[in-house]
Amino acid sequence: MGLLMPSLPEGEHFGALAELPTAQALYEACEKVRDAGFTKWDAHTPFPIHGLDRAMGLKRSRLPFLVLFLGLSGAAGALLMQWWMSAVDYPITYSGKPYFSWPAFVPIVFELGVLCAAFGAVFGMFGFNQLPMLFHPLFHSQRFERASDDKFFISIEAWDPQFDPHRTVEFLRELGADAVELVPRRA
Amino acid sequence: MSAGSTPEASDDARIPAGHAWGKLPVIFGSLAVVGFGISLALARGNEKQFYFSWLVAFMYFLSIALGGLYFVLLQFLSKAGWSAAVRRIAENAMVTLPFLAIFAIPILLGMHDLFHWARPDELARDAVLRSKAPFLNPTFFLVRMVIYFVVWTLLSAILIRSSFAQDESGDHAITRRLQMVAPPGMALFALTLTFAAIDWLMSLDAHWYSTIFGLYYFAGSVVAIYAFMIVIATGLRNAGIAEGAWRLDHFHDLGKLLFGFVVFWTYMGFAQFFLIWYANIPEETIWFRARLTGSWQNVTILLALCHFVIPFFVMMGRTIKRKPALLRIAALWMLAIHYVDLHWLVMPNLHAAGDAPALLDLTTFLAVGGAFLAIFGYFLKGHAVVPIRDPRLPESLSYENG
Repeated sequence: MGLLMPSLPEGEHFGALAELPTAQALYEACEKVRDAGFTKWDAHTPFPIHGLDRAMGLKRSRLPFLVLFLGLSGAAGALLMQWWMSAVDYPITYSGKPYFSWPAFVPIVFELGVLCAAFGAVFGMFGFNQLPMLFHPLFHSQRFERASDDKFFISIEAWDPQFDPHRTVEFLRELGADAVELVPRRA
Repeated sequence: MSAGSTPEASDDARIPAGHAWGKLPVIFGSLAVVGFGISLALARGNEKQFYFSWLVAFMYFLSIALGGLYFVLLQFLSKAGWSAAVRRIAENAMVTLPFLAIFAIPILLGMHDLFHWARPDELARDAVLRSKAPFLNPTFFLVRMVIYFVVWTLLSAILIRSSFAQDESGDHAITRRLQMVAPPGMALFALTLTFAAIDWLMSLDAHWYSTIFGLYYFAGSVVAIYAFMIVIATGLRNAGIAEGAWRLDHFHDLGKLLFGFVVFWTYMGFAQFFLIWYANIPEETIWFRARLTGSWQNVTILLALCHFVIPFFVMMGRTIKRKPALLRIAALWMLAIHYVDLHWLVMPNLHAAGDAPALLDLTTFLAVGGAFLAIFGYFLKGHAVVPIRDPRLPESLSYENG
């Protein structure tokens, strides 16, 4: 997997791309693709469609665990840092308070925990989606431009175990697609 | 594009005749009478304990009632759609407010036992109390109490009578009118709650003050109302009342809000503590000193552990909020620890050397709580448990939040 480029299947095809006219059609088509057992595929829509992740059979994201882990690490790191700074490396007596004054440490522990959790959420989300992504083979398709306009697409990628250039195209056609095409991996 | 269908609200939105939930008024009313009777008996020769215990119980159920008022105002203020299905529970909690005025009477009767600024001999030898006497005197105290209850009665009456009327008429103008009432209502709520908390809780030690005190009581109230709503909603759902109304998504949201306000309560509590700790000024630190004396230290640690640390980690995840049975346990836990919070606020003024739980704590809790739940139950069974013709109800019934 390259940086700024998505992970891609080998061979001449990227996959099959089907264009559907409405969100309802897409939703029902996704359920059929899911039920047919495909795993390496995606849906592309101009706006979010409620419940589509369930229609696609997507597993729950692992992002929350990353956020929790980073949040707790950030908080623990902040505590460690302040203990080191105030009780070990450069102890200064403030108003007669002990060197390790945990109440004074709380705001920074809280903030660094939140910061690292937020970084985890933002950069983790980017990372899981392989973003930023300079180019994607689906841009080879002219029709795909309307994915950010008024059309809905399903792409089944060539490295799916069930992918076959002819049969997968036929399968997508039967789902009520307006158009189906094979998208090349390279231009 | 939602895959779910919209259920219809129908006649099963009321508690069926003869159902156990319809017996709430009688059951809790009886408990209240028993609790009150035993409390009166135990109060002989022990008036101070009676008034202090009564104050804790009163402030506990007041916090749920005020939390209900807050929730209803907030939903109209924000024109929220998700909450219509659960709002009636908060409305029934808030309808107890005018009746709680009667339960404030012991605070007036016990003024001399509760508040040192109301004792002339202490006033005579205490310059600080004298300087605060223009505000902290029995007359003005009473006037303010009347004002609080007048405001709370007016607000809750407008809100609930409109809501009940909309059950019949389905009139959209009612919703629009309540949306106009909400902004000034919320401002009045904030002011009256803040000053009520100052009057009835903070002035127990009139040498001490905290500018965040009102918010601390508010935070506890909101935790209490969300916990209360969860307990009632899960109970109604288990009893099969208004079955189509309770979606997992509603419980998820109530759970998220409960979690959020546990964090908010912690923030308020820690902020109050932290500034006083940092400045280390004796006039301010004395209040926390009192709560770290003797066995009070254990209560303080218990509060930090059970009102923050444990609920924070337990309620963080998604799963617990979408399993009503588990969420209910968390809500009951929060309701229990909320009592400890109020006990911790009040009782060091009576028992300075250490915590001394008394039987009167329990009996007054039964007296006030029984009455609160009896009134709540009476209104709950007298009307639909869901605002059946609220224009936002269909949106609420088909609400999905992932």
